[in-house]
Amino acid sequence: MQIYLPIAEVSVNAFLLLGLGGMVGILSGMFGVGGGFLMTPLLFFIGIPPAVAVATEANQIVASSFSGVLAHFRRRTVDIKMGLVLQAGGLIGAALGVVVFNHLKELGQVDLLVKLCYVVFLGVVGGLMFIESLNALRKSRKPGGGAPVRRQRGWVHALPFKMRFRTSGLYISVIPPIMVGVVVGILAAIMGVGGGFIMVPAMIYILGMPTKVVVGTSLFQIILVTGFTTMLHATTNYTVDIVLAVLLLVGGVIGAQIGTRIGTYLKAEQLRILLAIMVLAVCGKLGLDLLIMPDELFSLGVAGGH
Amino acid sequence: MRGLLSALLCTLFAATALSAAEAREEVVLGLSQNRVAITADFDGSEILIFGAVKRETPIPDTDPLEVIVTVAGPASPVTVRRKEKKLGIWVNADSVLVDSAPSFYAVATSGPFEDVLSDTEDLRHRVSVERAIRSVGAAMNIRGAQDFADAVVRIRQDEGLYSLRPSTVAVDQQTLFRTAIDMPANLTEGAYTTRVLLTRGGQVVSAYETVIDVRKVGLERFLYALSREQPFIYGIMSLVIAVLAGWGASAAFQLLRDR
Repeated sequence: MQIYLPIAEVSVNAFLLLGLGGMVGILSGMFGVGGGFLMTPLLFFIGIPPAVAVATEANQIVASSFSGVLAHFRRRTVDIKMGLVLQAGGLIGAALGVVVFNHLKELGQVDLLVKLCYVVFLGVVGGLMFIESLNALRKSRKPGGGAPVRRQRGWVHALPFKMRFRTSGLYISVIPPIMVGVVVGILAAIMGVGGGFIMVPAMIYILGMPTKVVVGTSLFQIILVTGFTTMLHATTNYTVDIVLAVLLLVGGVIGAQIGTRIGTYLKAEQLRILLAIMVLAVCGKLGLDLLIMPDELFSLGVAGGH
Repeated sequence: MRGLLSALLCTLFAATALSAAEAREEVVLGLSQNRVAITADFDGSEILIFGAVKRETPIPDTDPLEVIVTVAGPASPVTVRRKEKKLGIWVNADSVLVDSAPSFYAVATSGPFEDVLSDTEDLRHRVSVERAIRSVGAAMNIRGAQDFADAVVRIRQDEGLYSLRPSTVAVDQQTLFRTAIDMPANLTEGAYTTRVLLTRGGQVVSAYETVIDVRKVGLERFLYALSREQPFIYGIMSLVIAVLAGWGASAAFQLLRDR
């Protein structure tokens, strides 16, 4: 069934969109990532104009994250306080990101920036997570090993402005969470993603939050960031396609529910290693695109709009 | 402005000279539809263009009558960028502004294009796909500026937006003609200029122009208008729908699980 999207001005198959939404939704629920880093490239691939894909994806992430976070609220695995602190940083970052984005848009280098961001961040995050979780998995296999709870007392704990985060069982400075929020906010604005794929590892490795709480808190924070981004895109670029968003999110919210259930059956280490593999695969694909000579050297852009 | 005016006068003059010299032949045109409505389930459209040649004198026994039909979407400037390998990766380097390129362009002819229209007439009437694109401001310091204009044609051809369809206009007894133009699903809104040119021996003997209106209707129209005129409300609406859908799915699954 073909459907014409009013803002994107293209006609696409409705079932294809529902299916894409569902697949990405499952991953989103399992790993606590918005799924934007998978969905946005997929939308480019089926012919949605990039500007519309990025903006609409933000709106769709709101839906799938909201669906996912409710399940976590019931299990009391959301650290609301931490989420709000991260969000404070996120807003600063989003504003910075928009400035950088608009400047590079004038130079015609947005594509490159977005792809480089993806390759660098996905590569680093995926690689670190893969190695770490592989080690953790090996340790837990050893008889009698019993995953020891390591409490890193590094630079994070030496900073001032300490705050107690009861749900996470942490007593740390607010500076690292705000910094993580800023970085994720910049990425969200530039890459059209919620930033979960960088938020989740940052929470685990930098902030030292327990994995159980990380997913719910990440989803909670993503809702706020992507909601803000959606409004920004809708009011400045007019690129949020509500029909596209509805089709994606119907599939997405159902997928997120299924994904959250699957997530509870898997061990934290297994979950992390799967996410790492996925992140590395997307990174590899994008990296190759930059290195291999493209079939079409030319690209068309809308002129004007200075 | 003055250039435009003189060009207009030239065309007028040429038109009158033409009709005086040759036996008068005029196009009487019919369209299967003079508006295309883009609805939610819009999946492209086929427009039937048909007509007859009206003449007061007998059919001239010189070269046979040929017919060219063109349909052009609204034109806009396009920035064309070329990738180059820098520091090992492919990045956008040179760019050229093509002043005006139609969003859609289809040419249907009654015979092979070169036989139907001479090169000079093509230049004057801007009929072929390459001529329909205007690129005046190409910077001199960029090598292969023509490649950029060619790229526009190539990319849009691949997307089904530009096409040359030789020998797809059926001409009957040098009087009746008809053709069908496919319009793809990825149409943009606007006035689509439709031209019919009658030629003999590669020379244009008569021209006719009309407009097909392509518009979004119903829900498509409403959403598009809302997003432009009330972007804030539109944004809030998008978010509310997203949150409701998320909550709805979560509640539905909860019910399923409790059962």
